[in-house]
This record gives sequence, structure tokens and C-alpha cells, in this order.
Amino acid sequence: MNTKSLYQEVILDHNKKPRNYGTLDHASHHAVGHNPLCGDHLDIALNLDGERIDRIAFHGESCAICKASASMMTTVVKGKTRADAETLIQEFRDMAIGKLDLEGGHHLGRLTVFAGVRDLPTRVKCAILPWHTLQAALNSVTTTSTEAEEDPMHAAIGDA
Amino acid sequence: MQLIESALESQFASMLDIEKIRADFPILKLQVDGKPLVYFDNAASSQMPQPVIDRLVRYQTTQHANINRGVHYLSETATAEYEESRRKLQRFINAREDREVIFTSGTTDAINLVMHGYGRKFIGAGDEIILTTLEHHSNIVPWQMLAEEKGAKIRVVPITDAGELIIDEYEKLFNERTKFVGVMHVSNALGTINPVKSMIAFAHARGVPVLVDGAQAVPHMKVDVQDLDCDFYAFSGHKMCGPTGIGILYGKAELLERMQPFKGGGDMILSVTFEKTTYNTIPHKFEAGTPPIASAIGLGAAVDYLLSIGMDAIASQELDLLIYATEQISRVPGVRIIGTAAMKTAVLSFEVKGVHPHDIGTLLNQDGVAVRTGHHCVQPVMLRLKVPATTRASFAFYNTLAEVDTFIASLRTVQKIFT
Repeated sequence: MNTKSLYQEVILDHNKKPRNYGTLDHASHHAVGHNPLCGDHLDIALNLDGERIDRIAFHGESCAICKASASMMTTVVKGKTRADAETLIQEFRDMAIGKLDLEGGHHLGRLTVFAGVRDLPTRVKCAILPWHTLQAALNSVTTTSTEAEEDPMHAAIGDA
Repeated sequence: MQLIESALESQFASMLDIEKIRADFPILKLQVDGKPLVYFDNAASSQMPQPVIDRLVRYQTTQHANINRGVHYLSETATAEYEESRRKLQRFINAREDREVIFTSGTTDAINLVMHGYGRKFIGAGDEIILTTLEHHSNIVPWQMLAEEKGAKIRVVPITDAGELIIDEYEKLFNERTKFVGVMHVSNALGTINPVKSMIAFAHARGVPVLVDGAQAVPHMKVDVQDLDCDFYAFSGHKMCGPTGIGILYGKAELLERMQPFKGGGDMILSVTFEKTTYNTIPHKFEAGTPPIASAIGLGAAVDYLLSIGMDAIASQELDLLIYATEQISRVPGVRIIGTAAMKTAVLSFEVKGVHPHDIGTLLNQDGVAVRTGHHCVQPVMLRLKVPATTRASFAFYNTLAEVDTFIASLRTVQKIFT
């Protein structure tokens, strides 16, 4: 895939006008994700109503790929159950590192605009950071890093 | 405008035949995504010309054996070539003697050698080490490790918004506890050329030795260690058209002799029993184990290559590129240059309003333009100048003004996409 296809209109649009951008009052779950390699960081807050994500918001400093990924993620997981979100996290991660068969069964829908990052090893973590932070929040881990030892995505991607 | 014209004129009038020079670098013919490569990441690592590649091949195909041990033909040949390369480096930086030139794996290794060999022996509790805000992490972290181990303290020379050292503040940091100064000759992130000669003189007047990190200076200007009167000078091969995995520590002989070894092993000893080991003389005392012989010889060939072009011609060509690129980039909307020192090498760090450096880097790459993005291993500089990261174009003598045009056109496209 040509890298050009990564900066598609939908990604540029979400970068310029991020959805669900800001903070949440009375969030039940919250986490901050860092990418120490570039200094980017994202703050994700969400509220679980039973098993369902009824509210979610994010803010932080990041590149367009990361911000658009976070913005689209919030629109997709809002209203979904925790289990559905976990499935999406796994599928998104597999797509980003080139392990997902895009033609096979998955639930990513228009999130496949990020498939191009698999050809850009140094940008994989940019796309994944929001999902990684969401997973931390859902599991009540308050801070996480793309470079942390315990990071399930650490070993698979390599050094940026 | 006048600056551009003078840059253009001076490139036409230049003694350098850029196309002939470019033909020496096979990698410059590469296409990236169907676009000709524009390599502007020279401060991270430079490219290798054919004569250096050929030298590596010749060594490996006709001269290789381990050095300093065999009595056979190949071992004697490899040893002679290795030592000849050391003398080339000695002449290149005008060291007094060849034994003052130590082969290391690079600048980082050279600085760590000084930290272990000199620092651990002569710096103690309560002593102070002066570093500057501009330092690369490789000239910060080893000294922090030492400070933590010994209970010593690190003092830091501040910089101006332009990225220049504040020399008054440097001088005020000295006191009776000051035991060492570490300063980079040229800033990798900003291109600032520091007034190291006068800084060294000031330190020496107070009996304090100085290490200069010359990784970003040696490839771009004439460096004379006797003229600078530095006590230590460190640099890397791969930033000066040589191989990776090889670098140099220059040290004054009387200091190197008083220092303790860094690594223990073969070659660095005269005799070993389980009761007592006698260390070898310098430089061998600091070259334990089998060195990267091919890389050391390749670095000698890189020196020959740079000298065949001439360090003054290199500096002049790179200044033309810097002046032209600075003029051109200043006209791109939203661009702010980070690092505007009066004396600079050909490093252009910048930010584009509202666009993250990683996005700039990825999009420039689509047009074949290779730049560095991020914190450039100088997080304290980024913190001081209040930028999370920058995009850095760094030029070499084999770059052209036409390549600068490609880069600027690509940057304009990036700027449009995001506004």
C-alpha cells in the first residue's frame, strides 16, 4: 500500500475536527497513554453503564494519525459493550501490524483507513496508542506507555 | 533575495563539481516510491562514497586477519593498515601523536570511555561537572551515572532562545569544586557552532579539563585539536562518510596515561597472571578485544575522501545550502525555524504550525525526501525551547540546491493538506 493512502480525507478531517474531544465529568474509567519515543500523550476517559460504554472523551498532544485514530475510535466504541471494545482493540492492533486478513471476518468497518500504517513501522504506534490507552482504561490501569515492559504491544512492533 | 542569488552564484562558481561528487555515492541514485531520493538526514548518518566501499571490500577480500598477534602475512598486513588508518585520523585532526588517537565504537563509546577512565578515577563526592543545555543524551547520561555513583553534581550552561550558549553563565558556574567540562562542538539539533576554543581556555585557566563532543563538527569543518587545546575530543565514523561501529577518542597523552582502563580483555594488557595484570601502553590500553578492523580502515579511507574534496570546500558548499534553504523555508506559511544562532552548520530544524513533525516526515517521505523528526536525542533542548519535537533537514556537501527546491515544494504541499 502506498503511504499516500494513509492521509485520506477521513483521517485529515478527524485530525482537524476531532470528535469527542475534551474531558468527562464523573468518568468511571480513565487512563493516560504515552509514546515516549515522540513525546505524544493521550488522555482517555469513559463511563461504563453496566457493561456498556455510554460516554467517552479524549484529549492530548499527538500527530494526525494518532489524533484521528483516537477520534474515530471514540465514535466507534461509544454505545458498545466492553467485550465488543476489546474485540475491536485486538482487531485494530492486528491490522496495524499486518496480522489481520482485511478480506476476512472483522468488525473494523471504516477503521480500515488505518491499514496503511502496517507499511510504516515507525507510525504503527501512533495509530495504536489510543486503542492501547482505551484497553488500559477498561482494565483500570491509569497510565500506560507504548514502551512499557508490560505493554502487550511492545514486543510485537519493535523500536520506532 | 540577495542571499539566494549569492548562494546560487557561489554554487555555480564553486570549486566543487557536485555532479561528479554525487556520482561517487551509489545510494544517491536510489528511488523512493518512484521518486529520486533527497537525503537530508546527514546529521543522523551520512552516506558512503564508492572509494570507502571499495576499501572495505579490498580489506575483506585481500587483507583480513586479526591484528596485533599473528606473525603471518595477513595479520601483519591488517595490523599495518589498521595503524596507518590511525595515523590518517591523527593527521586529520592534527593530534600531536598517533597514540593519542583511540579507536572506539563511536562518540557514545568514546564519552563513556572518558567517564569510566577519567571520571571514575578523578571525580569524587561534592565535585562538579559542567555540561550545556545543548548536549546530546550521550554527553549527559554517562555523567549522570557518574554523578549518582560518586555523589558529584552536574551544572548546566543555559542557552538563549536562538540556541546559543550563554557564555557569561558558563563562566559563573566555575568554582573550586569544578572538576570537568563536557561541551559539544556543534549542536546536532540546532546546528549551533559553540565557541569551544575560548571555553576551553577559560576552563584551563582554572585547571579544569574539557571533553568536546565533535560528532557534528568533524564532518563539516577543519578541526585541529592542538589549536583547540581540548583534553578529549570524540567523534563518529558514520557521520563522516565512514562505516558505523567505529569512532575516535582523541585524548592528550599525559591524561590518557593517568587514566584507568575502560574495558578489560585481550590487547589491552602486557602480561596477565591471576595475581597481577600489567596494562598495555596507550592507545592499546583502551582497545580491549578485537576491534572492528575493517571499519577502522574504512574510516581512514573516508578521511582520504573528505580531504580529496577539501574541508574548506565542504564547509563552503554546505553554507550555500544552509543559506538557500533558510531563505526558501522562511517563505513557507506557518514555518518557524528552531535554532537561529549566528554561527551554524547546515542543520535546519523547524516546526510547521498545526502539523506534527511525524506527519511532516511521513509526507515528505512520499516525495522521496528523508528528514529526521522527533526530539533528536536532546530532550533538554526541546524542553528549553518549548517544542515537543521538530523536523530537521541536515545537509551534506553532496546535496544540491535543486534538492532543496524539491524539499520546499513538498513542504508546501504538507502545509496545504493540513490547513
